[in-house]
Amino acid sequence: MLGRLTIDALPFYSWVAMGGAAVTVGGGIAAFLLVTYLKAWKALWFDWLTSVDHKKIGIMYIVLALVMLVRGFVDAIMMRAQQAIALNNEGYLPPEHFEQIFSSHGTIMIFFVAMPFLTGLINIVVPQQIGARDVAFPFLNSFSFFMTAAGAALVLVSLVVGKFSQAGWTGYPPYSGIEYSPGVGVDYWIWALLVSGVGSTLTGINFIVTIIKNRCPGMTYMRMPLFTWTALCISILMAFAFPALTVVALQLALDRTLGFHFFTNGDGGNMMMFANLLWIWGHPEVYILILPAFGIFSEVVATFSRKRLFGYASLVYATACIAILSFTVWLHHFFTMGSSANVNAVFGIATMIIAVPTGVKIFDWLFTMYRGRIEFHPAMVFTIGFMVTFVIGGVTGVLLALPPADYLMHNSTFLVAHFHNMLIPGALFGYFAGMNYWFPKAFGFKLNEKWGIRSFWCWIIGFYLAFMPLYVLGFMGMTRRMEHYQDPNWQPYLIVAALGAVFVLFGIICIGIQLYVSAKEWGSSKDVTGDPWNGRTLEWATSSPPAPYNFAVIPEVRDLDAFHDMKLRGQAYQAPSGYEDIVMPKNTWLGPVMGVLGFLLGFAMVWYIWWLAALCFVASLVCVGIRACDDDTEFVLPAAEVARIEGARLAAIAPGDLHDMREFAPRGAATGAILPGSA
Amino acid sequence: MTNTLQQEAVLAHEEQKSLEAREFGFWVYLMTDAIIFALLFATYVVLSNNSAAGPTAKELFDLRHTASETALLLLSSLTFGFATIAMHEDRAGQVVKWLVISVGLGLGFLAMELVEFYGMIQKGAGPEVSGFLSAFFTLVGTHGLHVAFGSIGIFVMIGQVLSKGLTLPVRSRLIRLGLFWHFLDIVWIGIFSVVYLPGVM
Amino acid sequence: MDHSEIPSRSTYLNGFFLAVVLTAIPFGIVWAELLTGTAAYVVIAVAAVLQVMVHLVFFLHMNFKSTPGENMFFLAFAGVLICIMVGGSLWIMIDLHHRMM
Repeated sequence: MLGRLTIDALPFYSWVAMGGAAVTVGGGIAAFLLVTYLKAWKALWFDWLTSVDHKKIGIMYIVLALVMLVRGFVDAIMMRAQQAIALNNEGYLPPEHFEQIFSSHGTIMIFFVAMPFLTGLINIVVPQQIGARDVAFPFLNSFSFFMTAAGAALVLVSLVVGKFSQAGWTGYPPYSGIEYSPGVGVDYWIWALLVSGVGSTLTGINFIVTIIKNRCPGMTYMRMPLFTWTALCISILMAFAFPALTVVALQLALDRTLGFHFFTNGDGGNMMMFANLLWIWGHPEVYILILPAFGIFSEVVATFSRKRLFGYASLVYATACIAILSFTVWLHHFFTMGSSANVNAVFGIATMIIAVPTGVKIFDWLFTMYRGRIEFHPAMVFTIGFMVTFVIGGVTGVLLALPPADYLMHNSTFLVAHFHNMLIPGALFGYFAGMNYWFPKAFGFKLNEKWGIRSFWCWIIGFYLAFMPLYVLGFMGMTRRMEHYQDPNWQPYLIVAALGAVFVLFGIICIGIQLYVSAKEWGSSKDVTGDPWNGRTLEWATSSPPAPYNFAVIPEVRDLDAFHDMKLRGQAYQAPSGYEDIVMPKNTWLGPVMGVLGFLLGFAMVWYIWWLAALCFVASLVCVGIRACDDDTEFVLPAAEVARIEGARLAAIAPGDLHDMREFAPRGAATGAILPGSA
Repeated sequence: MTNTLQQEAVLAHEEQKSLEAREFGFWVYLMTDAIIFALLFATYVVLSNNSAAGPTAKELFDLRHTASETALLLLSSLTFGFATIAMHEDRAGQVVKWLVISVGLGLGFLAMELVEFYGMIQKGAGPEVSGFLSAFFTLVGTHGLHVAFGSIGIFVMIGQVLSKGLTLPVRSRLIRLGLFWHFLDIVWIGIFSVVYLPGVM
Repeated sequence: MDHSEIPSRSTYLNGFFLAVVLTAIPFGIVWAELLTGTAAYVVIAVAAVLQVMVHLVFFLHMNFKSTPGENMFFLAFAGVLICIMVGGSLWIMIDLHHRMM
């Protein structure tokens, strides 16, 4: 009846595992009680979970990302603590537990922190940047979110019911095969990836169509804000790379569940094919994580340097180049598999070529700052911290791109330091910059800057302390994922690294305080105009938070920095001659229901509860059928209602709230006089 | 207040736009599906000689069977095309007739594939026997699964044409289903060219 | 994907006829063992590619005039990616296979 699921699955075998389970269950109960205490169940269901509004879905994505960030970070600090003390002793974590922790750390950080964070930011911002009222497929957007959440839920549940994978976040066979990992851990990993992977693929398709089809008049491709460009490129990467992950995870699932022989040792399997297929997805994935951050940095650096972005076209071409090249370098993740010199050389050279467009971008950002009036807002500070730190990671990456050097450093902590050096500044700092930058857009009030700056310093100091020692340790011969070790020379470095993790902990706490303080000071940092930073792109033309339809009248774009241009021409904040009816998508319960079905399907497959899996599958098909027959998915918001909302908004804006645009106005060539700017 | 007529006009315009977006989105989805099949093909080619101790392709494949399957699928592509033409000519009855024929051919194809799979498993050539057979069953089975979903889709659309008539959303869904159905035939070209024909050589 | 003109019955019939011919050629060659080895593979591959194009043109109505540019772009993009992914995988795996002999 319940397949492999018995009472033994509960973690009564170890205190550490019990602790983890208790925190997870406790967190769930606390969230439940909080919602009940606030009597917010109805609001949660009708205003949020069933909503297909891209801004609300975006906020839910980011909440998911922040919750999972805490979970993933707990894994990280546990590993650092273990390695700091485990010289010639077992430390406090048994090996099988340590292995689960590094596997879940990687899986969570990539799939359930970085992916939802960037998807959330894209959701909130991109439709507004292109002057659209919503994404192309609002229901699909809700469905994608709940698939991602279902995958995250599977990973969280693995802490309470059964164990997580011990095979690392890449899950290489034969260790992840049924022979060496007979438990449910790898199955949890597989199904979390498969379920959330469906969401990612569909998100990719959704934003491809949104950006290509829903741009407002005048928004040509070369007038799209850079964040939208990176969003387009990564949507294409998501849609075309995630199928590879689906294929490889499904093949491993078939091997494990039905005794197939894709990656087994004997009977004609070929485990090298796993590495090959995994990294066909895996390398584009790296750029899926990093490119949106590049887009955020481009927006932030232009806004807070008070200048037009330097080399916009070169940034666009660099982004597109990186997107294409990211599909041609996957072998550099397994140089040591033993391909011949020619194969390794080709992929090594391709890898080094990617560094070129990335370098172009760094120069573009530096030139944007050059002679700008830089304002050290937390978003800008994160951007500067990124530029300094990311270059170091890039250089170590080029080092690793040399196959002969890679043979020495492969699987060492040098590699661990390298990719954290790419992903923490290159992705996470970008998302934090984006959070500080766009928070007022999403919620209508600014984040506290003091605590933002403090979180930045904790993060960057923590980062250097945690990962610079790992570069050194790599050269000293320490391999990654060691539960304990014998070399006393390593310990001081590992203690420093653990100290770094503590600093990062402070960084996370600062973000928590920042959110708390900002919410408390809500009234004093309200964003009335919808444009708190004197922004340049179209998302600042909407109110903060935007009305459900974003734009009462679809704007017409005449310049690259569309809203900046509107402000200069005095076109911003003008009431139009009239309003029209607006077609809005209706909320639907299908998204959350299909998310629950996806979760139960994954859970049933993990535990071999076949009847439940079949039931969920059929129920999902029925849900799709219901949607496919539904012609009544939209409603009309009458023009009078739009006029009421917009009128109230414009009435609240006092002339003193507006930014002084005179300093930006073009100077008359002959007289040097400042032309009248009006805003 | 705005009157309902105006609202309906706005809705119709938005609907037209959204249907175009859907067709484009579905096209992108098909391309991503093509990537899935491409990687299954790559896996098959890598594993095709790894028959371990089990039977080889030459012992298992029957070209006459494959040729019949090919004929069924190709014919169903043609008949779906006729359904599309009937749709453009606004002849709902004809649309239903051709859809029924298409799904009949599709189900015939599925039946033949199941007979083939069943026969192989009976001969001791199931997917758990060797890497070659795992890859074979996964590739051909995934295609078969797509045909099965397509058939369900055709049944749903027959129901919609009968109950709703050829409204704008129904037409759009029919066009997308047609894309899917033709796409499956294209994948099948790959399957007989990569799996069956080299297999018996 | 044709938005401008209604496909005609003859388009489908022509496509069907070409597809039948392009299916019959490789099947015939293998069946009657007219060609073997590389030559046979080449014929199969060429016939397959041609038939895919026939399907795209006659059944999916792809052409440079009426098909939207973005649909063409994604078709071409998928084609390039399939070449990179499948070609790269086979190159890597066959190279490895030879080194392990």
